[in-house]
Amino acid sequence: MTEFTPVSALLGGAMIGAAAVLLLALLGRIAGISGIVGSLLPPAPAADWPWRAAFVAGLIAGPVLVAWASGTAPAIWFPMGLPWIALAGFLVGVGTMIGSGCTSGHGVCGIARLAPRSLVATGVFMASAIAVVFIIRHGIGG
Amino acid sequence: MMRVLAGLAAGLLFGAGLSVSAMINPAKVLNFLDIAGTWDPSLLLVMAGAVAVTFAGYRLVLRRDRPLLETSFAVPTRRDLDPALIGGAALFGIGWGLGGYCPGPAISGLAYGAAETLAFVGAMVAGMLTWRLARRAWPTSAAAAAGKG
Repeated sequence: MTEFTPVSALLGGAMIGAAAVLLLALLGRIAGISGIVGSLLPPAPAADWPWRAAFVAGLIAGPVLVAWASGTAPAIWFPMGLPWIALAGFLVGVGTMIGSGCTSGHGVCGIARLAPRSLVATGVFMASAIAVVFIIRHGIGG
Repeated sequence: MMRVLAGLAAGLLFGAGLSVSAMINPAKVLNFLDIAGTWDPSLLLVMAGAVAVTFAGYRLVLRRDRPLLETSFAVPTRRDLDPALIGGAALFGIGWGLGGYCPGPAISGLAYGAAETLAFVGAMVAGMLTWRLARRAWPTSAAAAAGKG
């Protein structure tokens, strides 16, 4: 059970949007996390890897700054054990490469551009994620 | 140097936003996805806030001829709906529903050093690498499966 937190959700969302706008304004790039991370990897890392690596460093440091400024560490709770979490990570890695994006690239930037591919991709990954959670929480002995 | 600082600034703001909105907590995400149970609509408002700001900001920025630090915008132009887009998104959703993590929040959580976060990100990078290497090894069949994406 988690509380509905509308104010911090809207504020944090607006910050994510501002980050996406900043990246487009300065570097002309879409803020898709899977794309930024994937193109850092072998066999052919992108030629413009330095800003991508810096973005990832910022992504890691951002929550640390927030925790330092607010004086509270965020709650982080995991649904299941390590093997399942690793399987989840592998599926997210492969799926975002095949489908050319994730929640940020398709779900935020793509929807904001009204890109048909992103609208469809977001509908599909939302639906499959909701289905998986339904099966786990309500289907198997739920 | 300016490009690196630009990337760092955008990453910091993005990571801070994920933290403020509590999306770095998989429980929050899973409760959003659990529409038949302990539904927490917070993620919907995170996306609404992010899309609203991006929608307005992108329109302002794209009126310019070019970004401030680059010679041109690199915005996707494909409009076709291919099996790779649908299949990849479906696979991603399965992983997202299993773990409650998508790529941004997982990487943003790394500083807290939980074994689960490290395992997720390690496996995610392995999955990305697997696909990239497979596409390099079998370019034609992978290209047929994924278009040029």
